[in-house]
Formats: sequence, C-alpha cells, structure tokens
Amino acid sequence: MHDAGKIIPGMIAFVLFVTIPFWANFGKAAPEPKPELPKEYKKCVESKDFMRREHMKLLRKWRFDVVRNNMRVYINSEGQTFDMSLQNECMRCHTQKKKFCDVCHDYVAAHPYCWNCHIPPEEKKGWATKETENLTEEVSSKQPASHH
Amino acid sequence: MVIDTRVCKEHPDCEACIEACHKAHNVPNIPFKRHEIKWIWKEEFEHAFPDIADEYLSEYLHDREFLLLCNHCEHPPCVRVCPTQATFKRTDGIVMMDMHRCIGCRFCMAACPYGSRSFNWRDPRPFIKEPNPKYPTRMKGVVEKCLFCTEQLAFGELPVCVRACPHGALKFGDLTDPNSEINQIIRENFVLRRKVSLGTGPSVFYIV
Repeated sequence: MHDAGKIIPGMIAFVLFVTIPFWANFGKAAPEPKPELPKEYKKCVESKDFMRREHMKLLRKWRFDVVRNNMRVYINSEGQTFDMSLQNECMRCHTQKKKFCDVCHDYVAAHPYCWNCHIPPEEKKGWATKETENLTEEVSSKQPASHH
Repeated sequence: MVIDTRVCKEHPDCEACIEACHKAHNVPNIPFKRHEIKWIWKEEFEHAFPDIADEYLSEYLHDREFLLLCNHCEHPPCVRVCPTQATFKRTDGIVMMDMHRCIGCRFCMAACPYGSRSFNWRDPRPFIKEPNPKYPTRMKGVVEKCLFCTEQLAFGELPVCVRACPHGALKFGDLTDPNSEINQIIRENFVLRRKVSLGTGPSVFYIV
C-alpha cells in the first residue's frame, strides 16, 4: 500500500473524530428523569407499573372511546369509574405538565402532539393576546409548519 | 334542531348563541375574513337559501337574518369524501369530527354545500381571548365545525347555543322520535331547510 503512513493514522483520526460524542459522554449517565407526582393523590387510575408502561395505549383507547364511540366513563381494574379526559381528568391531579409529562418525554425525546390542541393546566389563563394586534395576514404565512 | 327566525327577527342585535358557542369551544376571533373560523353565524336569506331566493323576495324574509351552522345531514357529503374518516356519522345522527385524524386536506370543505366548515390557516390560540379550560383548542392545519355539542349531550345537557338563547328561538331534539317536541314543532309550523334539492337531508329547520 502506498502512503500507508498517512492513510492509517488518518483513518484512526477520522474514526476518533466521528465517535467524539461517544467518548465525551463515556462513563457519564444522563440523570434519571424524576417526574413530580401529585401530593394529595396516592393512586392513579391504574397501578404505577401499568401507567408507566401503558399510559400511551390507555390514552389512545380513551381518545378512541370518547371521540368515536361516545363512551366517556372508564372502569379500572378495581371497579372504580373515571371520566375519560386528558385535559379534565388526568390533569386534575397532575397539575403541572412541565414537571410531569415533559420530564420523561424530553428524556426519551418523545414529542406527542397532545398539547397542540389540549390546554395544559399551566396555560389556562390564556395565550398572549397583545400580539394579535401586530399579526397581519402576511405574518401568518410564515408561521412554522404543523407538527401534526 | 329548529330555529324560529320569527323570534330572531324581533331581536336583530342578539348574538347570545354565537358568543356562547364560540366561547365554550375556544373558537378564535380572527379579524381577517380569509382566515375566519365559525361554528354558528348569521346570514341573510339569499345567502342561506340561494336556491329559493329571488329578486322579488318579500320584505317578510328580506329583513331577517338566519342563523347558520352545520346541518348534520342525513347523507353528509363531507363524510363521504373524508379520506381518513376523521369526519364520520354517529349512530345518533350527529356528524362528528375526530381532530386527531384530520390531515387538513379540505375535501370536506369542498363537499359541504353549506359552508359549515372552517380551516385553520394559522395557529388559532393567539386569537382566543378567554379560553375555556375544559375544552381543547384546534391546531394549525385542521378543519373544524359545529359538533352539536357532543360533549354536553354526553352529560345530558342541551347544546350551548340552545341554552344560551334568552328568547327560546332554538329547539333541539330527536328527529327520529315521532313524539318528540321537535317533531311536533315541525308538524305545526311552516319550516324550511337549506338546499334540500341536493339530497343531503339537512337536520336544521327554519320556521319562517
């Protein structure tokens, strides 16, 4: 091989450069996400284990039942009944989306689009209405694309 | 639903139903006509009933405004064209929307002969002055319309517009029940429906 003295160190340097993110984080673990649980309530609609693992499937079922089947009451494994509503039932106890939902979702880089439409409890006071006076029709065409 | 336009005529400035509906459902008040969102609104006779309006219209009809909203058709064209079944007909007859499924293709807007649907050309949230925290908003890129307050009916309440009307001009009930109050009103009065000749079977009746 011609120029092996240049190529081999070059390749090693290249591999090291490309794997910089790996070496930079070697031996360091990102802190475990710690979502803040509601203080007044001890139990969710199902067990903690189930909610951790299956909450997305449960919410999907709720959404399907409410919107498409007009069924609004959830009966859990202990026979208790709940109103199937993210905005009105889940967030009644989990009063802070930023300290609960977002903590784990940010950690795993999951971006569910629930809050594009549903109103998180923190935002119940409303959105900036002052800005609307400055918004023109032209500005609206420059709004970012939807994340739907 | 039956709308008694004789009552509405006596109160030309009353917009209680529109305000109550738009407030309860977080409908934005967008000042630009092209981006407007509406679930229930007022229109004059020749726009509401273009197929039967003519230039020799009686003053009796000319002077009044008609409340327009989704007609919750018996054969809804919007449902037929929706490619994702985001718009569908419930077994009780209400034409429902699943906002989670709407991809914003606007086929339904082209199909609806009543102009009952609005498209969110922009994020509606900056235009909602007092959001109702119990009801979601919509996002940019979806179509929306009146849903006959399915969230109220589920808890045994009448639609918001019906309850908000201070003069009792709006009546809501079960069309399929021959003994219901709504059927009695329809039998006893001269009622119009919008663009019946199209065969969509609208479920909103106007007493004139």
